[in-house]
Amino acid sequence: MNETREKVLLHTATIPDREKRLLSGRTVLVILFAALVTAVLISFCLGRYPVGLNELQGILRYWLGLYHGKPFWTQTQAIAVWNVRMPRVLLSVLVGAALASAGAAFQGAFQNPMASPDILGASAGAGFGAALAIFFGFGTAMVTASAFFVSMITVGLVFFISRFVKGEKIIGLILSGIMISSLFQAGTSFIKLAADPGNKLPAITYWLMGSLVGATRSEVGFVIWPILLGFIPLMILRWRINVVTMGDDAARTMGVDPGRVRFASIASATLLTAASVSVSGMIGWVGLVVPHMMRRLVGSDHRYLIPASALGGGLFLLVVDDLSRVLWLNEIPIGIMTAFIGAPFFLMLITRRNLT
Amino acid sequence: MIRVESLSYSYGDYPVLKDISFHVKKGEFLSVLGSNGVGKSTLFRCMLGLLPGYSGSVVLDGKDIRSLPPREMAKLTAYIPQTTVSIYNFSVQDIVLMGATAGLSALRSPGRSEQERVLWALEKVGISHLKDRCFNHLSGGEQQLAILARALVQDAKVLMLDEPTASLDFANQMLVLTEVRELSREGYTIIQTTHNPEHAYYFSDRILTLKDGEVFCIGKPQEVIVPEVIGELYEMDVEISPLYGDRVRVCTPSFLTKT
Repeated sequence: MNETREKVLLHTATIPDREKRLLSGRTVLVILFAALVTAVLISFCLGRYPVGLNELQGILRYWLGLYHGKPFWTQTQAIAVWNVRMPRVLLSVLVGAALASAGAAFQGAFQNPMASPDILGASAGAGFGAALAIFFGFGTAMVTASAFFVSMITVGLVFFISRFVKGEKIIGLILSGIMISSLFQAGTSFIKLAADPGNKLPAITYWLMGSLVGATRSEVGFVIWPILLGFIPLMILRWRINVVTMGDDAARTMGVDPGRVRFASIASATLLTAASVSVSGMIGWVGLVVPHMMRRLVGSDHRYLIPASALGGGLFLLVVDDLSRVLWLNEIPIGIMTAFIGAPFFLMLITRRNLT
Repeated sequence: MIRVESLSYSYGDYPVLKDISFHVKKGEFLSVLGSNGVGKSTLFRCMLGLLPGYSGSVVLDGKDIRSLPPREMAKLTAYIPQTTVSIYNFSVQDIVLMGATAGLSALRSPGRSEQERVLWALEKVGISHLKDRCFNHLSGGEQQLAILARALVQDAKVLMLDEPTASLDFANQMLVLTEVRELSREGYTIIQTTHNPEHAYYFSDRILTLKDGEVFCIGKPQEVIVPEVIGELYEMDVEISPLYGDRVRVCTPSFLTKT
């Protein structure tokens, strides 16, 4: 019988082996991390007010308490690095990392490569929350908080409604997400219609475009907690997300409760999405495109895909944000930039090779 | 090892399974025969804990499966479906490694020792050379062997196979079934559904037949693969010819034998 086996396998094992990757997942993660650190340092030097690498290392060492000599940089340079660029750089890295890892988690948990972080209405809810707060004349902090909480409520509502949908659970969730999203978008449009066209309407419109302009340290302080709170469970769950992608029956017979893993992943990914959208507005494409880019590099194993998406998403959004603040005198909102870059890139990916 | 006691199941008002009772001993190879739609898959889904809402009970290793959480259940029984479709491109190793999940505590990911079990299982079913290949690019027979390896990594002593060879070619059917019988000789308990009475005759220790949602008969292959039973089961006249000293029985529809 062993002979039969050899023959059969020799017959069928003819598809050329393209799948073996050049670099191991771990190596890719190390490279991405190094690239991200480098990009962060370079980003501190970019901008209208010049800061050289030498001054930068002085400022950083001074802040870390490793340099006690006389400052060889100007006060303005220190302020540009600390108060202007650092919050913005950190925020773009955090938001990019959050959106991309949330996207990877959604794509896994929904067994659907087209899923993105706004699939369950997180963005639509945040937009509505922000528009509402701007309409009533609240300040930035309240706008952020309102966006965050309405976003969470929206996804909760979607989850609740989907329980009553007959038939396949995942389809039910996605359909409820689409419907609730469009309801909230209609609500946002209604607020825009009623808003004062002099100041509030442009503020709402600008918020919805997605921007990291004027990032502050308090915003960084606000989002870092929900982002950590969402990211850590995803890191713990990431092996079980692999198992869940095989389908509910297979997962259950392998000892994984697919409903629980999916719920925990959705809750964590929603926390990540709501937090980032609430400080940056709508930044599309990062959560869809970056996981696909990373799948090319590390494969579909979520043990590597989730951390790679976080690093790659931070890197991607930081670079795009750098471009948007350096290329033009009048800054382009980053939501527009990510769409301009993300959509063609995605088309390139899907025309070159199978998406999964 | 497994005892099914007066199990019934209805989809709405329509009864699919009626008062099914049988038991399977440790190390036994049981085949389940029955026409399309007779409830074989429903029976399997009930026995795997995938379909709640049946009446009666399924007792696995002395425990009612209703009281077993998924992880405990998976330590006792593994499932090999007819085909496995992976949406994402996993390597064969990754797919097989998933079998180790049941043995891990709730928050852990598999590590080195699980990885070694994967290599052992791949070696055992004879596909070590495919370990880095993409699972989706394998042939049906190779995929089925990989899923068998995954069941071995899961370390469950009962393997439930739902038409494991239905989409395989002639040689691959033999390859997979021979491997499965080998496992039953090593002490694994095997339950498979099949549409092929000849396979059931050749490979199994006992055969369970279902008709109209009820147990039609259960017994040794020599008693079950006879014209009276097969003819009744599929509502078609068949002739059954023993060959090679009755090691093989060939089923031929009667209309083909009339000249």
